Amino acid sequence: MRVMAQLAMVMNLDKCIGCHTCSVTCKQAWTNRSGTEYVWFNNVETRPGQGYPRTYQDQDKWRGGWELNKRGRLRLKAGGRLRKLFTIFANPLMPSIQDYYEPWTYDYDRLFSAPATEDTPVARPKSLITGQNTKITWSANWDDNLAGGPELAPADPVLKKLSGQVKLEFERAFMFYLPRICEHCLNPSCVASCPSGAMYKRSEDGIVLVDQDRCRGWRMCVTGCPYKKVYFNHRTGKAEKCTFCYPRVEVGIPTVCSETCVGRLRYIGLILYDADRVAEAAAVPDEKDLYEAQKSVLLDPHDPEVIAAARREGIPDDWLEAARKSPIHKLIFEYGVALPLHPEYRTMPMVWYIPPLSPVVDVLANTGHDGEDAGNLFGAIDALRIPIGYLAELFTAGDPEPVKAVLRRLAAMRSYMRRLNLGQKSDESIADAVGMTGDQIEGMHRLLALAPYAERYVIPKAHAEQGRELEELATGCSLDYEGGPGMGGPFGEASGMPAPVAVENFHALKDRQETGALVDPADRSGRVNLLNWDGKGMPDGLFPKRKEEDQ
Amino acid sequence: MNTLDLLLWVVAPYVALTVFVLGHVWRYRYDKFGWTTRSSQMYESRLLRIGSPLFHFGILVVILGHVGGLVIPKSWTEAAGVSEEAYHVVAVVLGTIAGVCTLAGLAILIYRRRTVGPVFTATTRNDKLMYAVLALTIVLGLAATVLANIVGGGYDYRTTISPWFRSIFSFGPDPALMAQAPLLFQLHALSALVLFAIWPFTRLVHMLTAPVGYLTRPYVVYRSREDVAGSRPARRGWAG
Repeated sequence: MRVMAQLAMVMNLDKCIGCHTCSVTCKQAWTNRSGTEYVWFNNVETRPGQGYPRTYQDQDKWRGGWELNKRGRLRLKAGGRLRKLFTIFANPLMPSIQDYYEPWTYDYDRLFSAPATEDTPVARPKSLITGQNTKITWSANWDDNLAGGPELAPADPVLKKLSGQVKLEFERAFMFYLPRICEHCLNPSCVASCPSGAMYKRSEDGIVLVDQDRCRGWRMCVTGCPYKKVYFNHRTGKAEKCTFCYPRVEVGIPTVCSETCVGRLRYIGLILYDADRVAEAAAVPDEKDLYEAQKSVLLDPHDPEVIAAARREGIPDDWLEAARKSPIHKLIFEYGVALPLHPEYRTMPMVWYIPPLSPVVDVLANTGHDGEDAGNLFGAIDALRIPIGYLAELFTAGDPEPVKAVLRRLAAMRSYMRRLNLGQKSDESIADAVGMTGDQIEGMHRLLALAPYAERYVIPKAHAEQGRELEELATGCSLDYEGGPGMGGPFGEASGMPAPVAVENFHALKDRQETGALVDPADRSGRVNLLNWDGKGMPDGLFPKRKEEDQ
Repeated sequence: MNTLDLLLWVVAPYVALTVFVLGHVWRYRYDKFGWTTRSSQMYESRLLRIGSPLFHFGILVVILGHVGGLVIPKSWTEAAGVSEEAYHVVAVVLGTIAGVCTLAGLAILIYRRRTVGPVFTATTRNDKLMYAVLALTIVLGLAATVLANIVGGGYDYRTTISPWFRSIFSFGPDPALMAQAPLLFQLHALSALVLFAIWPFTRLVHMLTAPVGYLTRPYVVYRSREDVAGSRPARRGWAG
């Protein structure tokens, strides 16, 4: 047993209202640079829908993730090492910018500079790729809220897997949102695909990162990731991806997407897993067993043997304590309501989802039934095959049983808690019917519905007691490093030595403390650096200023 | 031997080599972030999928051919029982095929770079200079081979150019050997020297980091938080 720690996330889809706040704040913090205009480390898709990039889930086309070879061993679906090197000069499985979308801006200046005419001047869209006038035909969420439904939604690769009958039933419409970030997989196929060895999984917290100094732009990671969550910065020629906001989680605050989530549907916590068993579990023959196999790799943080083994691996005690309090572990095991996204890709994704129940309740209520009565709900879950089949294709490689079990638990929670809210006696039989106790249901309700900040995010701080890290922060001039500031690179954008992260953070924090305003008056009016916002207070520029008379 | 020969075939090669080596060291130390292929595949894939493999596989064979022709002495191949005629036929045929592939690939890539809007926008002046020198070197090399063998009766560069090339690396440069080579070969060598001199400052650097290590490394790479880039290396006495 080789115990490793992993930061994981759970998203409760029942609470996602599709507001895209996570996407926007993430973009504002990480990808509002040239070369990453089209990049959304966090995006929210409407399901059914084509997703972003278009039809990324169609692995017959994109060949991301792992598959089993004839001997039952894991191999990259896009081909092994030799094949990768032979196709390195022109990757045949690389999405083009059109598969994402061609980013654009508007010719706003025209609005001011146009001569007075009878017609109102128009700001025409300009492509950020070519600089020419463009016609906007697609974006990261073009099919938001089933827009263009009859034309666009049938191309949904998940929907295609379901039978023809389901497509017709789909006219009765169901829809939910799927926010996606990098899965920070236990068995990451992007890392395995990187010819340079520039991508790595951090051994402390399992965050998957791209070493910008070692990336050579071979583009194989983009192909390797079945979730298409590694992006190619077309200006710098390097891969970039979701960082799990590591500068934030290292100091114990949640990712920007979680911090700003309006629905408070995200949970972050630690998971312990047995690194020795990952490859074996990812290679179980039947895809439908992958969900259970993935769970079997995760370890019980309360088990004394696990604790002893974790200590031997040097995992600090406060991390073990955090793992015991982890909301992720509770949601996956104790409450058993979190499911991994597309386990059939065999990457062991570590962003889990609680499938949405709301369509079921709504459909029941529309038929005149009491949508929250336990009996009605349980019956309806079994009868409503459309969402379950669809959800199962997303979360359990097509096996409806685990999804049904989760939905039954969520339904039971509604019924059980409604009785309590109405002042009726608690009905233990409801809990019993889904294999839980009343206390467990109340605990789950507290975590899912009340969701106090400190219980949603249990993030242990990184250990940086080593002298040299302190030295970097505290002694000497913080600009005293090779190729310091002003080293404008001669080889294209942002070339030259990167500023050490500690230096960058130091200056960002110093600016924040000393200027009073977060906005640099020179060129960033109205912008806030969300990377340093800890959710407390309201930095200037985050919201428009109130008018005088309002105050 | 006059001053010009000395300048062209002794001074210039050493200057080019020094710039090549030190340039790479400097670039690696100060611009790891800029060390990339700067692929433009996102913008355009159709032409790239023909041109790029044609060029790259072609140039790999051409490089191998140059190693065989320049580095391995004639006496060695003859000792191995390969006659001059046999060597010559193989070298000319393989070299011409590979050269034509390389040139065709490069032509497609340059055409693509000029005509596809986003790719052209992403082309820097540095790239343009590099393309000019690279194309010139390849054209001259191919022209020297083809003309010497089709128009002329063949030229045995292994008695002049190859010993000169090796003499550079054994620090006993002999410019007289090169001075007697045909003009096209001389021009090819000179443009190659220019190419080597600008190499470290162009996107060609990606060749030096060809990812052959991928064949042997474990699939999933783990790294500790402590040894990530952007952190200053530990000073003596501070390493924990």
